[in-house]
Parts: sequence; structure tokens; C-alpha cells
Amino acid sequence: MTRTTGLLTATLLATTAMAPFAQAETLRWARAGDSLTLDPHAQNEGPTHTIAHQIYEPLLIRDMTGAFEPALATDWAPSPDDPNVWVFNLREGVTFHDGAAFDASDVVFSIERAQTEDSDMKELLTSIVEVRAPDPLTVEFVTDGPNPILPSNLTNLFIIDEDWARANDAVEVQDYEGGEETFAARNANGTGPYVLNSREPDVRTVMTRFEEYWGMDQFPLDVTEIVYTPIQNAATRVAALLSGEVDIIQDMPVQDLGRVAGTDGLDVRTAPQNRTIFFGMNMGAADIETDSVEGANPFADARVRQAMNMAINRDAIKQVVMRGQSQPAGMIAPPFVNGWTAELDATSTDVAAAKALMEEAGYGDGFSVQLDCPNDRYINDEGICQAVVGMMAQIGVTVNLEAMPKAQFFPLISNRTTNFYMLGWGVPTYDSEYIFNFLVHSAEGDRGSWNATGYSNPELDAMIQSLASETDLDARNDTIAAIWEVVQAETIYLPIHHQVLNWGVASNVAIEVDPEDQPKIKYIALN
Amino acid sequence: MADLPRTGTPAPAAPGRLRKAWDSDIVWSFRHAPVAVVSLVVVTLMVLAAVFAPLIAPYDPFDPGTLNLMNGFTPPMEPNAFTGDTFWLGTDDQGRDVFSTILFGLRISLFVGFMAVALAMVLGITLGLLAGYLGGWVDTIIMRVADVQLTFPAILVAMLIFGVAKGITPPELRNEVAIWVLILAIGLSDWVQFARVVRGATLVEKSRDYVAAARLIGRGSGAIMLRHILPNVLSPVLVIATISLALAIIAEATLSFLGIGAPPTQPSLGTLIRIGQGFLFSGEWWILLFPAATLLALALAVNLLGDWLRDALNPRLR
Repeated sequence: MTRTTGLLTATLLATTAMAPFAQAETLRWARAGDSLTLDPHAQNEGPTHTIAHQIYEPLLIRDMTGAFEPALATDWAPSPDDPNVWVFNLREGVTFHDGAAFDASDVVFSIERAQTEDSDMKELLTSIVEVRAPDPLTVEFVTDGPNPILPSNLTNLFIIDEDWARANDAVEVQDYEGGEETFAARNANGTGPYVLNSREPDVRTVMTRFEEYWGMDQFPLDVTEIVYTPIQNAATRVAALLSGEVDIIQDMPVQDLGRVAGTDGLDVRTAPQNRTIFFGMNMGAADIETDSVEGANPFADARVRQAMNMAINRDAIKQVVMRGQSQPAGMIAPPFVNGWTAELDATSTDVAAAKALMEEAGYGDGFSVQLDCPNDRYINDEGICQAVVGMMAQIGVTVNLEAMPKAQFFPLISNRTTNFYMLGWGVPTYDSEYIFNFLVHSAEGDRGSWNATGYSNPELDAMIQSLASETDLDARNDTIAAIWEVVQAETIYLPIHHQVLNWGVASNVAIEVDPEDQPKIKYIALN
Repeated sequence: MADLPRTGTPAPAAPGRLRKAWDSDIVWSFRHAPVAVVSLVVVTLMVLAAVFAPLIAPYDPFDPGTLNLMNGFTPPMEPNAFTGDTFWLGTDDQGRDVFSTILFGLRISLFVGFMAVALAMVLGITLGLLAGYLGGWVDTIIMRVADVQLTFPAILVAMLIFGVAKGITPPELRNEVAIWVLILAIGLSDWVQFARVVRGATLVEKSRDYVAAARLIGRGSGAIMLRHILPNVLSPVLVIATISLALAIIAEATLSFLGIGAPPTQPSLGTLIRIGQGFLFSGEWWILLFPAATLLALALAVNLLGDWLRDALNPRLR
């Protein structure tokens, strides 16, 4: 009860609080969840990359509008002599936070590190057969056939210092799924604009401006200190913004947009996000443990998956759960992505037809199954899952909902211990190949690491693999369209919607919403 | 009786049992304590509402198949903008009727409360009697365990038990056993009070003549504890039980509020309050207010009853 009263009091206090005053140079920043690990290659996950972007840098980044911008590389181009080689010229005079100089050997080391088994970034590097450093300021990527979109695979690929990694036993990527703790998971030494000062996972991370940063004169860099506090509870997070306790929040609860926008000194900044929310089902197993069907796997039947897809009323989810702040999705690629089409993204609901399909598949009496759902990762994730529980009940599928924090949830997917789960996927490369590599390709070798559906189709795998080296862009787009056709026909995933991003920001903080939901603090000017 | 001398006036007709009960000290004091009467009425009404919830409630909020998401966030007594349905106390974020959900939530709260207190009582009385009557190392062990447990806040112990129990139940059974796990968690976190009081009272009673007499005629320890001592230590237990009931109801609400109690598809009062507090800023006050008011009224009434019972049973205050 005390907890309840405490929250109520906080809420009441917050309602009466005055407009917030941002402190001169400290940016206090909150979102629902924390970075999972500081090892930049251990988890390919949004909030994890967001923190890494302040401390580490890739060769190139996307700026707040989604366009490429040079970071550790100054320019890049395919080699004029060999179409299978990309040449990157590196920036001169860059140092790591500990003072060590940055050069091409660090890039080679980092890329090779990110290609190892425990790395979660390896899918992005499948086309690379060799990375070499002809001189300290040049790096060449040799690909297995020409790869026209290689640079877009490198925007979240952070460069770490080789000597630092060797000195601190951090050559190997942290085995995050296995629960390994390493030096690099707790400490950081990058070239980025902010230095890690202190960190208490899930509580508070403090970063201070790196005064030797190469871009001191190129970016506003008005923020001298970042205090990052995950606040899981949505109401508490908004209360913190309203009371001036924080200056910027991500994961704005949609029900509070009006209230924040109407408060003096606070703004809501909105943009469509490059991320789709969907459900996955384990269709590969012969039998699954978390359902009521013995000796068979209902998800293995495409008709069951189709029926479930047809039973979901996406407009109702948009209208009520998301309060209009989403775009119902018929495919798991957001409109930003090459390969997206309006026809594939169209949605429809037909409960009667879905019931008929269930009947046809022999599940007319339904079955029950467990759904695993994060409750601090996506906008209203638990609310969406609950709504889907109701919609599934209408076609006889009894869903037992298990909602949990993302730190417990994501290992279920990595370890394949969930049979029905929610996932959101952003596409930093803006190309369908990224989705196929992670989510559609069979989970084997260096692809399919986030495909927990057990879906495996050798023909499709071959088509996906051909994308990496296809130089004829039209032929490549035809293959992408053909792959999507299979993905849609097989109902591998149940798409829900494309997210719309809302950030709650103190008015004096000048920042544009980034479609990948990764604010890069160096762009912030304080007015 | 016939040869006893009669008095001048004829004796009034032998008072019936009801009459006797009505005139007894405890009922007399009850009749003269309006707060207790009101509390009892509130508690009785709530228990009845909970027991007959399936008959009273206009909807079954635990059947997700009957929910219409488009009914979500309907204000009380106003038709929904999309479906035109009207709900007494409005609906929550999933389109569940708040009134029905409160009734069904009350069922969970009261059931968990009563069962948890019953468990704590059985456990506490047994251990308290053993510790008090047997003394020696039995006493030492039981009371040291109790001391250790007292150093943790009860809710923490409950969370620990809940977490462990959840970890060892197979996933497909989790939703079914969630309520029993809650009962176990709250019951096990609450037995110490009973054990301490019973032990204290037993120590006093043990040295009384009637116990010595019973021992002399050769009754066994078990019989003495159960038949002779127990009835004499029950009144303080009754008081603690009432207050524990209020605490157990609140503990259940707290656990559910923290999201680790009743499953989200079977909301109890605590779950409803957790859902509702997310919508405070946006003006959907009814999701929080009505369940919170119900919980408040229930906990307050039970507590006031307990207070009155304590005063009524305390000879020094008479």
C-alpha cells in the first residue's frame, strides 16, 4: 500500500508542478529500459546501440534524418580496380577515451571481432570475406561478390581499441545469452563524443563530454554531461518529465501525449519510426511444450497461422491501445525499407473465415498456448499482447500471457525457449535483406539468429544468400519481392503495426526525432 | 428441580440461545459500537458481492473471448464512441467492464486473504503451541526462525516465495496455480505473529492449575495443547486474524500492483490499480478510482472490525 500511496503522491505532486527547468549543461534522459550490455557487439538491440552511439563510433552513422554521415571514416567508395572491394579512408588524429590513437588495425580487429560466433552483429557482415589495412588510415573490405549496400550494414558497427581489448581480456565477444560477464560489458573505451563515467545497470548511467573529441567544432555538443535513468513505469516516467526531473523521455506513453504537449516548456516530437511490431510462432518443432495439444504442433499448420493472422483486429489495436499512434501493418517491413509495398502492407480482419480455417485445420475446438511478451520494450507492448489474447479467444485459441521485462524476455528468443512471442524489428540498413538475414533465413551459420520460428526453407535461404552479391539492382529487387511473397503466403509472422515515435522533450532541447529511436546527443543544442 | 423452593415471582421464560447471544457482553458491545456495525455491513456486502459475482456481474471479465477492444476507455455512464455500449463504472484499457472486474477482483482478493490467513493461522498456532508448551530446543528453534523471518519485511518474503514457486511450476500450469502460489506466499510470510502470540499465551496457561490437573490424570501433551490450552488462547488469535486479513488483502494487492501476483488476464484489485495508474494523466480516472476505493473500503472495514474486536475482548478495557 505504501508503494501505491507513494506513487499517488508523486503523481499528484507532478500534476501541480511548474514547468520544468533544464539545467544548463546536464541532459537528464529517461526511457523504459536500459542498455543490455556495454559490449558493442554482444546485442543487436535498439537501446543498447543508443547508449553505445554516445560512447563508441562506427565508420559512418546515420544522422537524425536517416542520411549517411562520416564518423570514423571520412569517405568511402568501391575500389576502382576490383568491384568486390570497398575502400574506406579513415579520419586522422582520432583518439580513444584512454588516449590511445585510433588506426586501421582497430577497425580490422573490431570487424573480425563482430564476425565471431558470440557476436550478435555477424548477420550484418555475412558478405565480408576479408578486412585488411593497407596503411594506417585505409581499410579495405573484400566481399564475396560485389555488395552495393555494404556501408548501410556498418552504421551500428562500433569500433573498439584493439590494445584495450587485449589488455582487458575482451577480445572475445561477451556471451550474453549464456549470462557471461566480461570487462567490456561493464566498461567502455570508445572514440565517441561522451566518456562513460559511471554505470549501475538498470539504475543510472553517467557520461561526460570527451574534450578531445575530433568533432568538437563540427557538432553543437552543448550537453556536457548525460545522466541516463531507465524508468520502467510509464506514469512515473511522464511524471518525471512533467516535474522537470528529466529533460527528455523516449517511449512516451501514448495516452499522455496531450498532457505533455499542453504543458508549458515541454514539447512532444513525433515521427514515424523505422520499426515494426509483430508476433512469431515456433512452427519448426514437431511438438511444443507450452500448448495444450499433445503430440502435434498447431503452429506447424499454415492454416492455423493464417487464421490467427486474420483474427487480429489491427485497427482496434491502433484505435484503442495505441490511440491512433501507429500504422497497422500487413508485412514486417516498415515503409522506409526497400521492398515494402502498399499491397503487402494492407490489413484485413475476418473472424468468421478465421474460425472456418481453424475448423479445417482440425482445431475447431481450439487449443491453449503460452504467449511471452516484453513489458518494457515497445510502446504499450503488454497492452497489445493483452488485446491479442482477447482476439485469439474469439477463434478458440486460449492464450496464457506471460509479460516480463526485456532482460528476461530476450534470452527466451535467443535460447529458443519461447514458442509464441512478440518482437519489434527496426531496419537500420533500410533494406529488406537485413530483415531476411535475421528473421527469415534458417537459423544456421551466421544468419537467422533472431528467427525463433524454426522456419527453414532451403530454397528461400538460397534466394536470401544471393542478395548479398547481386549487383543488378533490378534483379535484386525482383528477388526481394519474390521472397516477400513466400513470407506472406506462409504467414511466418503475424505483423501488428509500424510504430510511431513520440519523444517528450523540454522545449529548450533542440533535437530532431530519429526514425531509429536512437537520439545522438552530440546533435543537441540547448537554447 | 421440582423440590427447589420457588421464589415469589414466576421466572421469565428460559431465554432462547439467540436471546442469550443477543444479551452477551460481546454482542452488547457490538450493538453499541456503530463503527463496528457499519464495518460489518460493508464487509458482509462485499463478501456477498464476491461470492455471487457471477450472478451479479453483467459481464465475465475473465473470459477474453467476450471482450471487445473497441469498448476500451469508455467513461462511466457514457455510451462508447464506437460501439454505443454503456458501462456503469466505465471500462479499462482492454474494454473490460470495470464494475464486473471489481466484483471478480474482490473474489480473488477475499479468497486469497481468507485462505492466506487460514494458512498462517494453522501454521502459527501449531508452532506457537509447540514452542510454548514443549519449551527447550523446540522453542528455541521455532522462535529463532520466527525472529529471522521478522527481520525481513513480509512483502519481501512473499515476493521471494512467489518467485521460487513460480520458477518450479511448469509454465502451462502457471496461470492456474498463480492464485495458490499467492496464498502460499502471503500465508508463509504472516505466520510469525500468530506463533508469537500463541506461544506467549501458552506460557501463561501452561502453569495454570487446570493444566497441571490434566497432566496429573495422565492426558497426553497433544490433547492438553489442543483441548485445554488452545481454547483459552484463541481470543487474541481472533483479533490478529482479523487484522491479518486486512494485511493479507493489501499484500495481495501490492503483489499484483507490482505485476507479480494474479495473471494479467485475471485482474485482481491490485492489478486494476496498476493498470489504472498508467492513465491518471490522461484523464481516465475511473480505471484507478473505483478499484482503489473498493480496496480502501474493504481494508478499512476489516481493520476497524479488528480494532473493535480487540477492545471488546480485552478485559482491561471493559
